[in-house]
Parts: sequence; structure tokens; C-alpha cells
Amino acid sequence: MSVEITTPRFKDNAKKALADLPLQGALSKVGPGFIGKRAAAAEKLPEFDALRDSARDIKNHTLAHLDLYLERFEAKAKEAGGHVHFAVDAAEARAIVTDICKRLGAKTVTKGKSMISEEIGLNDHLAAAGIQPVETDLGEYLIQIRGEAPSHIIAPAIHLNKDQVEADFRRVHAHLPPERDLSEPTSLLAEARGELRQKFLAADVGITGANFLVAETGTSIIVTNEGNGDLTQTLPKAHIVLASLEKLVPTLEDVSQILRVLARSATGQDMSVYTTFSTGPRRPGDPDGPGEYHVVILDNGRSSMLGGQLREVLRCIRCGACMNHCPVYHAVGGHAYGWVYPGPIGSVLTPALIGVEKGRNLPNASTFCGRCEEVCPMRIPLPKLMRHWREKEFERHLTPATQRFGLGVWGFFARRGWLYRPATRLAIGALSLLGRTKGRFAALPLAGGWTQHRDFPAPQGDTFQAQWRARQAERRAASGRGVH
Amino acid sequence: MTAHTSPDGARHPRVGLFCTCLVDTIRPSVGFAAAKLLEDAGCEVAVPPQTCCGQPAFNSGDRATTRALAEEMITAFETFDYVVAPSGSCAGMIKTHYPELFTGEPDWAGRVERFCAKVFELTSFLVDVRGVTCVEAAYDGTVTYHDSCSGLRELGVKAQPRLLLSSVEGLALEEMKDADTCCGFGGTFCVKYPDVSNAIVEKKSANIAATGADTLLAGDLGCLMNMAGKLQREGHAVRALHVAEVLAGMGNAPAIGEPAAREAKR
Amino acid sequence: MSSRDTVFASIRAALGVTSQEAPRRQAVADRIASHPRGVIPARGQLPEAERLALFRDMVIGAAATIDHLASTAEVPEAIAAYLRSRNLPMTILRGADDRLAALPWERAPALDVWIGPSDGRQLAGLSHAFAGIAESGTVVMLSGPENPSTLNLLPDHHLVVVDAADVAGDYETVWDLIRARYGESVLPRTVNWITGPSRSADIEQTLLLGAHGPRSLHVLLVGGPTR
Repeated sequence: MSVEITTPRFKDNAKKALADLPLQGALSKVGPGFIGKRAAAAEKLPEFDALRDSARDIKNHTLAHLDLYLERFEAKAKEAGGHVHFAVDAAEARAIVTDICKRLGAKTVTKGKSMISEEIGLNDHLAAAGIQPVETDLGEYLIQIRGEAPSHIIAPAIHLNKDQVEADFRRVHAHLPPERDLSEPTSLLAEARGELRQKFLAADVGITGANFLVAETGTSIIVTNEGNGDLTQTLPKAHIVLASLEKLVPTLEDVSQILRVLARSATGQDMSVYTTFSTGPRRPGDPDGPGEYHVVILDNGRSSMLGGQLREVLRCIRCGACMNHCPVYHAVGGHAYGWVYPGPIGSVLTPALIGVEKGRNLPNASTFCGRCEEVCPMRIPLPKLMRHWREKEFERHLTPATQRFGLGVWGFFARRGWLYRPATRLAIGALSLLGRTKGRFAALPLAGGWTQHRDFPAPQGDTFQAQWRARQAERRAASGRGVH
Repeated sequence: MTAHTSPDGARHPRVGLFCTCLVDTIRPSVGFAAAKLLEDAGCEVAVPPQTCCGQPAFNSGDRATTRALAEEMITAFETFDYVVAPSGSCAGMIKTHYPELFTGEPDWAGRVERFCAKVFELTSFLVDVRGVTCVEAAYDGTVTYHDSCSGLRELGVKAQPRLLLSSVEGLALEEMKDADTCCGFGGTFCVKYPDVSNAIVEKKSANIAATGADTLLAGDLGCLMNMAGKLQREGHAVRALHVAEVLAGMGNAPAIGEPAAREAKR
Repeated sequence: MSSRDTVFASIRAALGVTSQEAPRRQAVADRIASHPRGVIPARGQLPEAERLALFRDMVIGAAATIDHLASTAEVPEAIAAYLRSRNLPMTILRGADDRLAALPWERAPALDVWIGPSDGRQLAGLSHAFAGIAESGTVVMLSGPENPSTLNLLPDHHLVVVDAADVAGDYETVWDLIRARYGESVLPRTVNWITGPSRSADIEQTLLLGAHGPRSLHVLLVGGPTR
């Protein structure tokens, strides 16, 4: 899928999304679907929060020693017969993958779900090189045949309904009998299974992402429920793993800690159906498995995040819990965010990867309700990091002029209480008088953003501070002695 | 500090009431309700001259202004035994975010920490610090309670207002669906992204209306103004009040957005 | 400068390190060597009978099915019974695992047993698990001539024999068992943790079994106390 960035148009994207009825229908199921399941899974495991702390600590330790764990991973993966490639940016990662596929004479490649593949826009590049990429995760397959980007990091097609899927299947699977019944999700799944089974068996190369890379053993790990990524890496001649460099964990014990919080946070399962640990190519005597094993480790701007506050973002394990619990995501869906990573994690990661100029909308489009941080298994302080971007934006004078001016005026008064109090009394007194009859305003100058959608209450009258002082004076007069 | 100060004792701690800028300007009755509840809980209440905790600047990325306002806030309030605000959002801003504003300033570190330790949201102060379990108030109606985000997630305010409400004579509480989901206010968010904010508050409004409650309560005026404004725009006859007003027995005054000129119907 | 060098230089610059710091290298070497266990859920540390009961419950909770058999001698008949109950042909493909080879197949004379990896045309596959994990109802499969990985993924029905003595409480215990077999820091090409049958909820979040992997997972737990 192409990686056109529409993040600067977030407001327009959001407006469109809010008016898109099928999308709104699909989004209405996000909260009820995920929130209760995660809560139930967390509830059932008394050690869940202790595991979150453990997972956070493991990643913090890893990131602080990332250079050394990467060296170790590379050495162990090579020892097992694998190849490790480093890519500074997206273009380099695309070239590495394409070269491997070309060398192997690949015609088709099957793909497990990989956000890195989306980030680097791999599919278009492969197609341009005459190699057909076939997404095998059902959700990724659905968006691939529609030419769309994922709208969620674990449920890429969550924005679609079954009628849309049926229409797409009839269009794309034109070789199947037109009279077939596709009215139920079961029949749609069965058709996808049949179609993709052929692709799995025919593919020359399998490309997967990695949920983790284990330094101890040189192992890559993928986690799926469908078994698609697992077939992708087992059947073809070569398995290529795409991983960003923060996927490292030190040991098998460490990854076991994090796996205990991953599925519970994502789907509410105790463990995903398939957790597959791959180390090198097939061994002598193995009856199956790929003949070649490549790991492409992508930086693409992440290493520079290690140096500051944003290091915390690199703990992310892409479970999707933050977006599953986000009121903004629930309202507008993933495409409105305008690039690869939606939701709260997208709001902190996107500006780092595409630049704060283009990404600045996202960290602003948050109510700071804090629910994302509350559920993040890796305890990433997402609101704090969104605020970090707002600070960068403010420092670099990227904040819109009107907002900056308003803030400046307010700040000027607020920092001067002796001016602030009379000024607010004056303004509030006038506003109160104006709104006296109705008690509220349906329209207010300079407050269109508010009154476009809701009424604004008329102030009761004088300020609290002025009224309090008056009351205290009365009390003092009545009692004849000071209270404060 | 006065002689009868006793932070942990039952006798008359001195409480600085931080009314918050919204209560100061829009709805002073919340400030009086808070003062009454604090006095009833045996506190001596004072309202030192104040402006704003700095949250709007903080959330807009303006660290310098925030830092300056925080310093003023601390200077104005640090002599009190406790600082109480009828807002989880403002109390949360101070309690959880002030320390980071002074990082790298050793002169301030201890001072800020001591200050933050005595800052509380109103209902949690009453219940958790003063041990209040009931109030002397009556309210004839069915209320539903919205958990405002900062109070809930930064300060753990959830059970306290409900405990106090359960002691209000005549009051019935009907919980709404997703009471702990954001109302879409988000401070400047609601004017920067009005369409998204509206979509969120529409859901909230529907959840409120679905309870059949005649009154909406919450502990933060910003959220209340947002929800009340939406309910009124949609024509729902739900009254919106700050929880302190009902707890202080002032629930029959005109609700948020109701005309002050004539008495409310109840 | 190679891309590898560029990436490492950038990491080191951001971390403010050279990679030569002895304490950092020691910390990494120690962690790899000692691979400390973290938080182990209490439910992963139960005595045998409760552990097997939990394993069984978690397997069922993951939408798989389970037979608890008293001895390996019962396995062939249990397989035949499973296939019959699902109205499947009396044919199964298995790996060359000695433990499977040693089963008294003559006790299920109607059962046609083939050996080898799957090419996707078999309805039922049989594997022997390296271990089971009680805390999540997971079976642990190791690749190799004995148990081809394709058997775990391609047949519609995956039957897995698990020796009750191999059912561990937690993941960490299994890693130590694997280290005991393969050596420190060495894994076979593929380790599959399998927890229930394949599924997808990608269409309107409706959870459906049998996405790309097996539609059914059937565990044959052998030995140990039964409840």
C-alpha cells in the first residue's frame, strides 16, 4: 500500500470519517469488542500489573543496552545460518528485500502482517519490481484488495463491514461461481482460506514482521491468531523478517514476560493462538522450513529517539490497546490519522517518523483523557509524550498563530493576578448580563468551536473571588473579628 | 502556620480553597458549595488571591508560562495545611505534573514535593483525608455521575463522590453506560477539534439520556459545561450540576445553563 | 560507512556510549547467561494434579478439545474415535517421532497412518508435543524430522499427543527443558507455541475458527493423575 501522508489534513479526514455511516457503524463495535475482553483478561490474572512493570523494566534495560543486544542478536542469528541486514531508512530496507526476492527469482511472495512493511511501503515497491506481494492476514488481505492502508495495528480492516467484504470478494475472486452464498462471515472466511491456501503453497518467498527479536538465541518471533504468518515463514524457499531495531529483548525468559501481557492487552486472550519462534533456516534433516533466513533490521529514525523522552515510545509492542480505548480513535477511526500508525501510539510515533511539521495535528488531537496510558501494557506515558510534541511545536513556533496569540494574552493576564482579577470580573460581568434571560448562549463571538455544537452557560454573575471577599467582609463585620 | 494547625488531626486544619478559574468566572456557586463542605468537615477555609493552575499553558506546550503560574500557585497556597480544588483536573495538574516543571531546580524540588503532597480534589479530600462518610443534604431526583478523566486516572476519584452521594436524602443514583469514558471536553481540544469533540460528547449525551436520570453530576466544571451544553442543544431536560452543589444542599439552585433570573422549577 | 555502522553509530550517539564500557558489556553478558525469570503467575506453579487440571481447562478455554488418556496404549483408538466422531476419513499423517512410532497402532486397525511433512492435502495431522504449558493451555512443538512444522499448520485437524510428565506450569520451565536438550542459547529452527485452533475476527470482529491454520486442535494428554 502506498504511504501517502495525509496527516496534515487530519481535520478534514476526521470530518469525512464522522460523516461516513458505514465507517461509523464499524467503529461503534471497537470499544465494546476490545475493552471488556482486555479488562476480563487482566482481571483473571492477579499478576497482570506486576507483569506490566516487569515488561517495562525489561524493555528499558534493553533500550539502554541496545547496541550490545543488537550485536549479540546478529552474531547468534548468523551462527544459526541466518543473514542479518541493517537498513538506515525505508528505501534501503525496500532495496534489501527486493534484491533477495530477485536473486531467488521470486514471482510471488506471501506476507504476514507487518507494520514495518506498511511503514516502508514495501508492496508497491515489490509490485514495481514484478514481484506479486500477497497479504495473508485476513484483514491485511481485505485492505490490499481494496488498495487501502490499515486502520488499526492489529485489526487492519476494522473499518469495513461484511457487505463491503462480500462486494470486494465478488470483484476480485471473479473465477468463482457468481451465485455462491457470501452472506455470512463464515462463508467469507472460508473463501479467503481457500484462495490464500493456494498462494501459501505457491509462494517463493515469505515475508513477516517480528513481534520480538531475542538476543540470546538470534530468534525472531511472530504472534498470530490465524496461522498465516506461521505458514508464510514455513512454506517458501526463503523467510525474510522485517523488524525495527527496538524489537529486541534479551532472553527467552524476558520475552515470556512480555508475551503474558501482549495478547491480554490486545484481544483479551491469555495467549495468541500461534507464537512462532524462528531461528535461522531449516536444519539438516528437517523435512520442512525455509532454506534461507534473513532479518532486515530497520532504523528509519528510531535510533535518534533513544536519546530523549521519546525513548519510552520504543517500548511499544503494538498491541493496539491504546487505540482500542481511545475516544478520538473511536470517533474517527484509523485512516483519519493519515499515515501508518493510528491512535495514541500513532500520535507520538508519527511526528518522530515523518516530522513534527507534518505530524503536528496528531499529538494535539487528544483530550488527554489518559485511558491509553492506563491500559498500555508497557506503561508508555502517551499523554506526556503527546505533550512533549506540543512543547516542541510551541518552541518551534509551529502552533497556529491564533492559538498562540490567545494563549499569550491569557498567559499575560494569568501571570498578573492584579490585572487578571479585575479583567475577568469585567468580562464575566458583561457576559453574565447578556446571558441572564436564557441562562446560556447558542452563539458567542470567538467561541464558534464551542457553540457550533453546544450551548455555553452564562456566568452566574460576579467572580467567586470577588463574592467570597465580599462575604468575608460581611462575616467580619457581623462577628467583629477577623477569620482570614 | 497557626497554632491550631493539625494536618493529621481532627481539629480545624487550614484549607486553601483553589476555586479554579472556571468556577471563579462561570459558576461561583461551586466555590461556595466547596467551602461549605470543607467547613462542615471541620476545616477553616480561606481563598487567597489566585488565577490559574497553568494547565491550559501546560497542555499547549508552553512550559515557561506554566512554570511561572505554578510558582505563583505554590507561593499563594503553600502556607496552608491543605489545598483543595473542586476539580480533579486542576488538582491532578498540580499533584501529578508540577514536580516535572521544576526538574533541574534543586532549590524547588523539596518545596514542590511538600506542596503537591497536600493538594487534593474536593471529594477525595473529604472522604480520604477527613474521613467524611455522609453529608447533610437532600436532593429529590435521580442523578447520574460522570467520572472526569483526570480525577479518575490521576487521582483515583471514583468511589468517593458516590459514597457521599449515597448519603444525600432523596437522591437515587443511576449509573450511565461508559461513565468513565471521556466526554470530549479536553480543555482546548474541544475548540481546536470541534467536530471530533462533538462526536465524543454526542455519545456521552446519549448515554446520559438513556439512564432516564433528571440530573447529571460530575466533579469538573469544564466537563459539565461541555455535557450540559450538548444536552441543552439537543433539547434534553437533564439538569447539570457540580457534585459539590448537591452534596452541599445547594442542588436546587439554577443548574448550569439555566437562567438565573427565575427560580428553577424544582 | 556501511549501513550497519551508521545504525550502530547513531544508537551509540543517542545513548552516549561507545559499546566498550565494561559494566554495560558485563550487564548484558550476565543477563544472557543467567536469563533471570521475572514474575511467574501463581497459577503456573501448581502441584501435578492441579497443574494437569488447569492445563485441561485452559486448552478447552482456548477452544481446543482434549482427551485425557491413562496410557499411550490408548492413543490409536482415541485418534480413530476422534476421526470417526468428526466423520473424517480414517487417515492421518504423522512425523517420524519415535514416541509416535512406538504406539500400538494395531489397536486401531482401520486407521491408515502416513509419515512425513504435510503438503496441504491432509485432513488430519498428528504430532508429539515437546511440552504442554498449563498456565495458558499451550502445546509446545519443536521442528525437526520427528515433528515437521507443516503438520502443525496445514491439516484441518491437528492432533497432538502430550505426555502428562511434560506438562509444565509455565513458559520458563519449558525454556529450561529446551536448553537441557539443545544446549544454552540454542533453539531448533522453529518452536511453535500453539494455544487453540486457528481463528480470525477480522470481519466485523466476529470470532471464527479455522482462518488459515487448523480448524480444530485436539490434545491427547497421556498419563498422570486424572480427576
